Amino acid sequence: MKSFLKKALVISAISLAPAAFAVDMTGAGATFPYPIYAKWAEAFKAKTGSNLNYQSIGSSGGIKQIKAKTVDFGATDNPVPFEELEKDGMVQFPAIIGGVVPVINVDGVKPGEIKLDGPTLADIFQGIISDWGDKRIAIMNPGVKIPSGPITVVTRADGSGTTAIFTDYLAKTSKLFKDSVGAGANVKWPAASTVGGKGNEGVAANVTRVKNSIGYVEYAYAKKNKMTFISLKNKDGNFVAPDDLTFAAAAAGTDWAKIPGMGTFITNASGAKSWPITGASFILLYKNPENKANAAEVIKFFDFAFKDGKKMAEELDYVPMPDATTDFIRKNVFTKVVTK
Amino acid sequence: MDITQSHSAPTPQALKIAKLQRIQDFLFHGITQFFALSVLIALLGILISLVINAWPALHTFGLGFFFSQEWDVVNGEFGGLIAIYGTVVTSLIALLIAVPLSFGIAVFLTELCPGPLRRPLGTAVELLAAVPSIIYGMFGLFIFAPLFAEYIQPALAATLGQVPGLGILFSGAFNGIGILCAGLILAMMILPFIASVMRDVFEIVPPVLKESAYGIGCTTWEVVKNVVLPYTKAGVIGGVMLGLGRALGETMAVTFVIGNAHRLSASLFSPGTSIASTLANEFGEAEAGNHLSSLFALGLALFIITFVVLACAKWMLNNMEKKQGLKT
Repeated sequence: MKSFLKKALVISAISLAPAAFAVDMTGAGATFPYPIYAKWAEAFKAKTGSNLNYQSIGSSGGIKQIKAKTVDFGATDNPVPFEELEKDGMVQFPAIIGGVVPVINVDGVKPGEIKLDGPTLADIFQGIISDWGDKRIAIMNPGVKIPSGPITVVTRADGSGTTAIFTDYLAKTSKLFKDSVGAGANVKWPAASTVGGKGNEGVAANVTRVKNSIGYVEYAYAKKNKMTFISLKNKDGNFVAPDDLTFAAAAAGTDWAKIPGMGTFITNASGAKSWPITGASFILLYKNPENKANAAEVIKFFDFAFKDGKKMAEELDYVPMPDATTDFIRKNVFTKVVTK
Repeated sequence: MDITQSHSAPTPQALKIAKLQRIQDFLFHGITQFFALSVLIALLGILISLVINAWPALHTFGLGFFFSQEWDVVNGEFGGLIAIYGTVVTSLIALLIAVPLSFGIAVFLTELCPGPLRRPLGTAVELLAAVPSIIYGMFGLFIFAPLFAEYIQPALAATLGQVPGLGILFSGAFNGIGILCAGLILAMMILPFIASVMRDVFEIVPPVLKESAYGIGCTTWEVVKNVVLPYTKAGVIGGVMLGLGRALGETMAVTFVIGNAHRLSASLFSPGTSIASTLANEFGEAEAGNHLSSLFALGLALFIITFVVLACAKWMLNNMEKKQGLKT
């Protein structure tokens, strides 16, 4: 038995040998970018042997973990304000872009057929507009047959970066929403018919099941579940449908370099084709990390992702960061981290 | 030879064995005592850590925390009433349905069931208890809730919903998910626990007692009511409490079907939330401060509710035993 164990140890030591210089990085946070981080990590491991252990525990959890210094990097959809970054000695940069999509379940309505603007959407989610037959919906959709019925609002039950992006958009376009509900990862939804689902999949399941419902999910979930999305009026006054092109258009109009700490939602962005509820997912790093070798590897990982990970991102319906922005990140953010 | 030896003073060898045995006994006693005490220590530890973590919220909002409907993360206002209400009401609905059904199952299995059916039926009930709660949640959300919304809710609204006073409980939109749906799923989950405990205790009633009752011409119902139930009431109440305990603390299945809305509504059709589902939904993303602390305070509330339920059960049992003691 002992000799068997010894043999096993020797064999495992030999098999691990090529990875001797590899590093085990740890990260934690947002659930929304988890699929793409996992895919990038797989490719990165194949190339360098370094392993990324990313735990998708949610944005607030990611911030908590990096503050507790239990991980090499934190990830959040809800950007940390610049003052807080400076206070904690951290840097922040966006790593991937995605969109939030309002989805509905109304009989006989095709994807993108119903058009709404920000204030109307805000009033639906506040319960002020409570029936699909409401005049304000009809005026915006001449020629579309919308059967009337009481609207059920489906929201996230758990605190979420998705909710933060969505409520940021509603608060930007509707003063009433800003004053009575506010923006945040977890808000008090006032509509009497509100039903909460856990996670994107919970919201998707509820919307698919409850007739005359409306909810909001990450684009990938809407696409995967073939849900009926709606078209939204953007800042330039055009109605747009959600897809990677309109997300990219929204991101193109955002000048990350001008924002201290790079922390911003890309909601209600200008641009003729911009999807108004677009958001980035951010990475948090310490300027002077305790484990410098790991921090260097994390930077190498995201450098690799920006350079070689674009196609993988597109395959998973994410939008990669524009080149101008990744260049800025390389020159101005990565250089701030002390790795030696 | 043998006899004289056995009556003489114990040999040093025997003394040695006796000493060893005493030490063994002492060690055994100490170790088992430690195991038993560790339960108490763990319980106290949980209670103390809950109180410490819940303290900031209780300090800010006072005892009013347990009676306030507010749950506004953005503005930092928290109160536990909605979650406490949801927990208690869903559990009560579950008990209301599961107890009579389990009683029927147990009586049938022990008193009326033909021999060959007894084992498969009993095993089926036990298997139902082994189904993980997430499965009940998925079943509830994807299969039960749509059927519930399509057929049962309209039927309830058309019948019970028309009764003056009671009608408000069965009003509102037919979403499927909500307090009543959560209660029904919980009933399904706790039914096997209560039924199998009831069946087991009914089986230990001495046949002599039952046979004498039948002998003087009692019906099956009279035997159950006057012989089986009085003989087994401690076990029956224990089984009900076991079910109630599971219903109060059930998390995953309830989260799926309760609707997770922080709103208090008279209608059982409307979505609500329970303590356990609120904790499951919000713990991961809660910011340190009043939000996290309020979640701990909700946990403390659940702890207290469970404790009160258990205390009530003990008190009821004691009372019944006393009464019986006076009668006989």
